[in-house]
Amino acid sequence: MENFDVIVVGGGPAGLSAALSAAKAGMKTVVIERGDYPGTKNVMGGVLYTKATEAVVPDFWQSAPLERPVIEQRYGFLSGDETILAGYRDPAWAQPPYNAHTVLRVKFDRWLAQQAEKAGVMIITETVVEDLLYKGDNVVGVRTGRAEGDLGAKVVILAEGVNAFIAKKAGLAPQMRPDTVAVAVKEIIQLPQEKLEDRFCLEPGQGATIELFGDSTQGMMGTAFVYTNKDSLSIGVGALLEPLIRTKWTPNDLLEALKAKPYVKRLIQGGETKEYLAHLIPEGGYNAMPKLHRQGVLVVGDTAMLVNGLNREGSNLAMTSGKMAGEVAAQCIQSGDLSDQGMSLYEQRMRDSFVVKDLYKYRRLGRFFETHPHFLKVYPEIAANAMHLYFTADETSKKERQKQIMKMVFEKRAKGGLVSDVFGAWRAILK
Amino acid sequence: MHFVVCLKQVPDTSEVRIDPNTNTLMREGVPSIINPYDAHALEEAIRLRDKMGGKVTIVSMGPPQAKEALRKAMSFGADRAILLTDRGFAGSDSLATAYILTVAIQKIHAQEPIDIVFTGKEAIDGDTAQTGPGIAQRLGFAQLTYGIKVRDIDKASVTVERKTEGGREVAKALLPALITVEKEMNDLRYATLPDMMKAAVYEPEMWDAKSLPYDTAEMGLKGSPTSVSRIFPPPGRSGGEIIDATTDTKGAIANLVEKVFQENIIMVHPAVKGGRA
Repeated sequence: MENFDVIVVGGGPAGLSAALSAAKAGMKTVVIERGDYPGTKNVMGGVLYTKATEAVVPDFWQSAPLERPVIEQRYGFLSGDETILAGYRDPAWAQPPYNAHTVLRVKFDRWLAQQAEKAGVMIITETVVEDLLYKGDNVVGVRTGRAEGDLGAKVVILAEGVNAFIAKKAGLAPQMRPDTVAVAVKEIIQLPQEKLEDRFCLEPGQGATIELFGDSTQGMMGTAFVYTNKDSLSIGVGALLEPLIRTKWTPNDLLEALKAKPYVKRLIQGGETKEYLAHLIPEGGYNAMPKLHRQGVLVVGDTAMLVNGLNREGSNLAMTSGKMAGEVAAQCIQSGDLSDQGMSLYEQRMRDSFVVKDLYKYRRLGRFFETHPHFLKVYPEIAANAMHLYFTADETSKKERQKQIMKMVFEKRAKGGLVSDVFGAWRAILK
Repeated sequence: MHFVVCLKQVPDTSEVRIDPNTNTLMREGVPSIINPYDAHALEEAIRLRDKMGGKVTIVSMGPPQAKEALRKAMSFGADRAILLTDRGFAGSDSLATAYILTVAIQKIHAQEPIDIVFTGKEAIDGDTAQTGPGIAQRLGFAQLTYGIKVRDIDKASVTVERKTEGGREVAKALLPALITVEKEMNDLRYATLPDMMKAAVYEPEMWDAKSLPYDTAEMGLKGSPTSVSRIFPPPGRSGGEIIDATTDTKGAIANLVEKVFQENIIMVHPAVKGGRA
């Protein structure tokens, strides 16, 4: 049986970042990935944040396969055929140090794996890890599905993604529940570059993102998105499983309904669907986050529920957690303290970072939407009605118009409910 | 015993399409795989080595990216892999390819005498089935094509069951020999983890045109008398009619029922009185 310092289970951004930082610290490191190569099984909406990526691979934009730098983020609320929009654009984001890029994971993850290989990481593909190996209570490696498939390690980093098979077996991840997991589906729709840049008002090479709330998910907790790639759009929608099951919407129907919305229809018109992808997203947030370590084991990325759904951040949390885990693994191996206590350094560092701080800030969000299921249905409608009244020029005086708007609002939502909603939302999002 | 396997990296033809306007292959973004027949040739060589002892050497001609296919091939348990790569090899047809591979195999033979050369029966991107026999001819080896089973092997001879047009043929050849392999020959193995790890860090030997005594007139485009005048896809099937049911579901169903009878997809039996309602 061959022995490594660090075994990383899973070749996504979290696992590859962990492997890179462990190898850079001189650790003999292997990544075990079940796909044909890292990237084949990996899915996200498609936004990669610069800061977290740069920390793992400095100046990555010079060689990584990126689609477009994001210079504009638009937010939209859909209510029936109506749309309310807000956005922010800064062309400076098209230059280093950037803020974010759109990527296609099948290309990006493969490239990241090559960077890890250059740093000395061994990458074993098409191989499934079936369990941890124990000696007494101590984790001493992993068992793979191949013949003569045991591998020894001082530290195992679980970066196996949302399904978290091994982490669950080891008691390091909770069973998934319909209210802690979302399902997202997405299509890659090909469009000529010029058309795409015209439709989004972009200079050549620039990119934009749109997040859509409200009727984009039929009012369910979730979001829809449209991101610009080089010569395609990533369009998708995700919602928590619990309301999907309750309302009997299928993810595919959600996506088709989204594509039929007047605002979206025009953006994708004439495009050809090239790919169809689907994935689960861990949305349990802070309250569902497992203990991140045990003797000889660290948990990173989706496996540790590190996703900030509200700000559509996930890959940056994954990469930051991976990098810290790789560093802590190396530190513990060098100091010889692989105990649960020793490994808790990782959790400490995570709690001091934006990753857990952000999850903590939004810890009430899940419960808020559970107790206010109407929120994403009623408010886009109220706002759209208000806008409609406000922008309509007839012979109503403005004072009268204001009265009409207030009357409409209170018809849709009683004063008491309104106060509770606003207070709840403030507590869940802003506090 | 020493087994040499000729292996080609090919585009996954299940994902290659032909550009209907230019009639050229659209290879961009198409994954590369080991030619499936060659994988079975490699499997047989490894099985025989495990049984008889000895060594398996893989040789491939292709661009530098073909290193990936050779790494993958090594994970099945081969001992050595050589990639013949040179700009001068580009554009070779089956005649020139057989020549280039033969010169390399002769060098390998001089280093360690070869008992059997295995090739796939053909490559799935060209379907010529000429390269294997071309190599055997140039090497002066006996050739056993379309092999489906190695029935017997000893230090001096090999007996192979061959697939022929009308049935099976069992043929025995003195060694050294060349066998071209059908998929029925064996089932591919699932590589062991130690072999996967060996392959992950294996660097195939790279041989270019200068490292071998090549006659440049016999390789590349110059050495290739075959010219492909045209590639074209078979005529596409015209798409079916789509009845839009998103707005007027009832009307769409009525329309569908009408068409089903019109096109005689369902017929009313003459014994049914009054036909359909």
